[in-house]
Amino acid sequence: MATGFHGVGAAVAALSSSPSNSFDSKKLLCSPRRSFPVRKGASFVADRSDGSVNLDLNPKARRAQQLIVNAVANKADSSPASSSSKPGHELLLFEALREGLEEEMDRDPRVCVMGEDVGHYGGSYKVTRGLAEKFGDLRVLDTPIAENSFTGMGIGAAMTGLRPVVEGMNMGFLLLAFNQISNNCGMLHYTSGGQFTIPIVIRGPGGVGRQLGAEHSQRLESYFQSIPGIQMVACSTPYNAKGLMKAAIRSENPVILFEHVLLYNLKERIPDEDYICNLEEAEMVRPGEHVTILTYSRMRYHVMQAAKTLVNKGYDPEVIDIRSLKPFDLHTIGNSVKKTHRVLIVEECMRTGGIGASLTAAITENFHDYLDTPIMCLSSQDVPTPYAGTLEEWTVVQPAQIVTAVEQLCK
Amino acid sequence: MALSYLRSSSSRSANLLRPLSSAASLRRPISTDTTPITIETSVPFTSHQCEAPSRSVETNPSELLTFFRDMALMRRMEIAADSLYKAKLIRGFCHLYDGQEAVAVGMEAAITKKDCIITAYRDHCTFVGRGGTLLEVFAELMGRQAGCSKGKGGSMHFYKKDSNFYGGHGIVGAQVPLGCGLAFAQKYSKDESVTFALYGDGAANQGQLFEALNISALWDLPAILVCENNHYGMGTAEWRAAKSPAYYKRGDYVPGLKVDGMDALAVKQACKFAKEHALKNGPIILEMDTYRYHGHSMSDPGSTYRTRDEISGVRQERDPIERVRKLILSHDLATEKELKDIEKEVRKEVDDAIAQAKESPMPEPSELFSNVYAKGLGAESFGADRKELRATLA
Repeated sequence: MATGFHGVGAAVAALSSSPSNSFDSKKLLCSPRRSFPVRKGASFVADRSDGSVNLDLNPKARRAQQLIVNAVANKADSSPASSSSKPGHELLLFEALREGLEEEMDRDPRVCVMGEDVGHYGGSYKVTRGLAEKFGDLRVLDTPIAENSFTGMGIGAAMTGLRPVVEGMNMGFLLLAFNQISNNCGMLHYTSGGQFTIPIVIRGPGGVGRQLGAEHSQRLESYFQSIPGIQMVACSTPYNAKGLMKAAIRSENPVILFEHVLLYNLKERIPDEDYICNLEEAEMVRPGEHVTILTYSRMRYHVMQAAKTLVNKGYDPEVIDIRSLKPFDLHTIGNSVKKTHRVLIVEECMRTGGIGASLTAAITENFHDYLDTPIMCLSSQDVPTPYAGTLEEWTVVQPAQIVTAVEQLCK
Repeated sequence: MALSYLRSSSSRSANLLRPLSSAASLRRPISTDTTPITIETSVPFTSHQCEAPSRSVETNPSELLTFFRDMALMRRMEIAADSLYKAKLIRGFCHLYDGQEAVAVGMEAAITKKDCIITAYRDHCTFVGRGGTLLEVFAELMGRQAGCSKGKGGSMHFYKKDSNFYGGHGIVGAQVPLGCGLAFAQKYSKDESVTFALYGDGAANQGQLFEALNISALWDLPAILVCENNHYGMGTAEWRAAKSPAYYKRGDYVPGLKVDGMDALAVKQACKFAKEHALKNGPIILEMDTYRYHGHSMSDPGSTYRTRDEISGVRQERDPIERVRKLILSHDLATEKELKDIEKEVRKEVDDAIAQAKESPMPEPSELFSNVYAKGLGAESFGADRKELRATLA
């Protein structure tokens, strides 16, 4: 437990004093920096002079972060997916994303990255740090703040065969590009009768962070889920982050990769060898017998934490990280439902029109006969995310609520 | 073309007896005649932040006749689409391009198929200019399998990948960032080609245009933004929609050129100039001063916001086909009758294509689910009732 937390703390501390940061400050000195982009910042805490960027580490949150890390340490011990026969190497989730991206850029010269501050700045969440120096300005492009047009440009480039990775600094900003994503990205393959494929990857962090405010805590998967023609995946561990990033880049379909602001500093040991994760597959986190808990992204860790409590109380939950938000992996989910006959969905989307709502409908339609009790869906409240810490906590699903829900389902 | 052969051979012997001044009427077959002719555009170019190209355009008889034939074909095609729409064989939206043919035809004359063109929903003629066949046009308009998008796109979604025609877009202005993306890809692969992103005077007020222009200028992309200014954004005249209707100047730091869009040769000259400029210096804006005879679409009569006198006035003074016809006749490149024969030929072609398109079947029900994803995801798809339409996507 303590070691896990210490590990994260150490990693973060290492970041503030690493040589790459001093390199960064040199970059900052030469390039004209405008004043701090408050509109699009995360909760930056470190001082600006050395250019280090530490995310979500206000002391108040440290206690909560400890809980998340527990789940990671547990998971790494028990899951066969993340450890392999070879020793592998340890890294943080954002580093895993970068590794995946870098490997794909090495492998295929058509892969390029565009987004705000992805180049010289290294990415606001450091996912693209170092890539501009390695691959040059034409492959890692700093765009002006114009989401609508640079997403459109990425799609236009994808029509010709390039494979752009478009980064939204925060998923919420992609609302400005909704027209391009919906009409052009999703539909062009269909309306052109199959002439064009759009092998674009649109990625970025979303979800409720640490008091980032309503506009910076959006869950866009619920808005995008109806768009025909796109695929949506959500990563939750360094292992599947790298795997999904690589698979998304290699896919001929437009893929939206949802990352989470609070998960970037998760540490895990991943294999050295080349691997990808199937885009349409769900991940079995913890097999069980009594109840199927379906979740994704950050809520996975709340679920795993609740799972510890549930195990102590004598329940045996089966936890599945659905990973693929569109299309749903009804095969894995269905097998689980047929085994346990009870379903609990834990998600971060809002109650109305979220992923959980669609998943509930899909399971009811397909597996109604196997359910002993109606599906329960725990989602965030239908409110703009408040700034105050306590209110924000109540907006999202907490482990205690998950425990109560399971107890109710299994009555 | 065979007719001109016969005529010239039969008159040759007679011509030998005539004074030399009329030896000019001795002609080689027009279709291969490439002796250069220089013609002045009727209106000079107006430029912004650049030097306007010369008014004298180099062309040749073969090209002029190609212009005539292509524009006549496009005109005929659009009129036929009008009738098909009224006969309810074409449904939904149908935006016709008649009056603006010179832009499509002049542009093609200046570029190659390696250059990309992307436009909005008034795309039938641009598609034909890029090499699309009449069958593909009419079949797509009628929603049949033989259409260029297999009947699934419709009037606003014509595409032709192998000749770099990227459509065909319904949302006003959204194609311009796509076009700048095409230009980016061209710069990325270093293949010395350019992209023409066409939009209308209505779309010129979209923010994403300026965003895309900024990025293109910043990254030196070979993008040419072409504003087809037909002076009306659906029912709103340009002076009611734009504070500054000088669209070629809107680029501010990006040079612009205003062109008489009803003169195919002026369009050709401007596009040639623009291509050279874009490859060296980055984006440039072309404003084509043109006019559409039909309303915005088939559901718009086109006469509530403009007078019939205006429409017929433009048709008389500036019609692109008439202009080329006068040029051909005055330079004695073909006779009145030959041109009429070309028009008859074209009419027949269009009628044949329509007949053929009517034969083409509607798409299969399983086509509902194809091409949603590339290599559909090994999933089964159902219609709403789970029984009717089914498809297994391999």
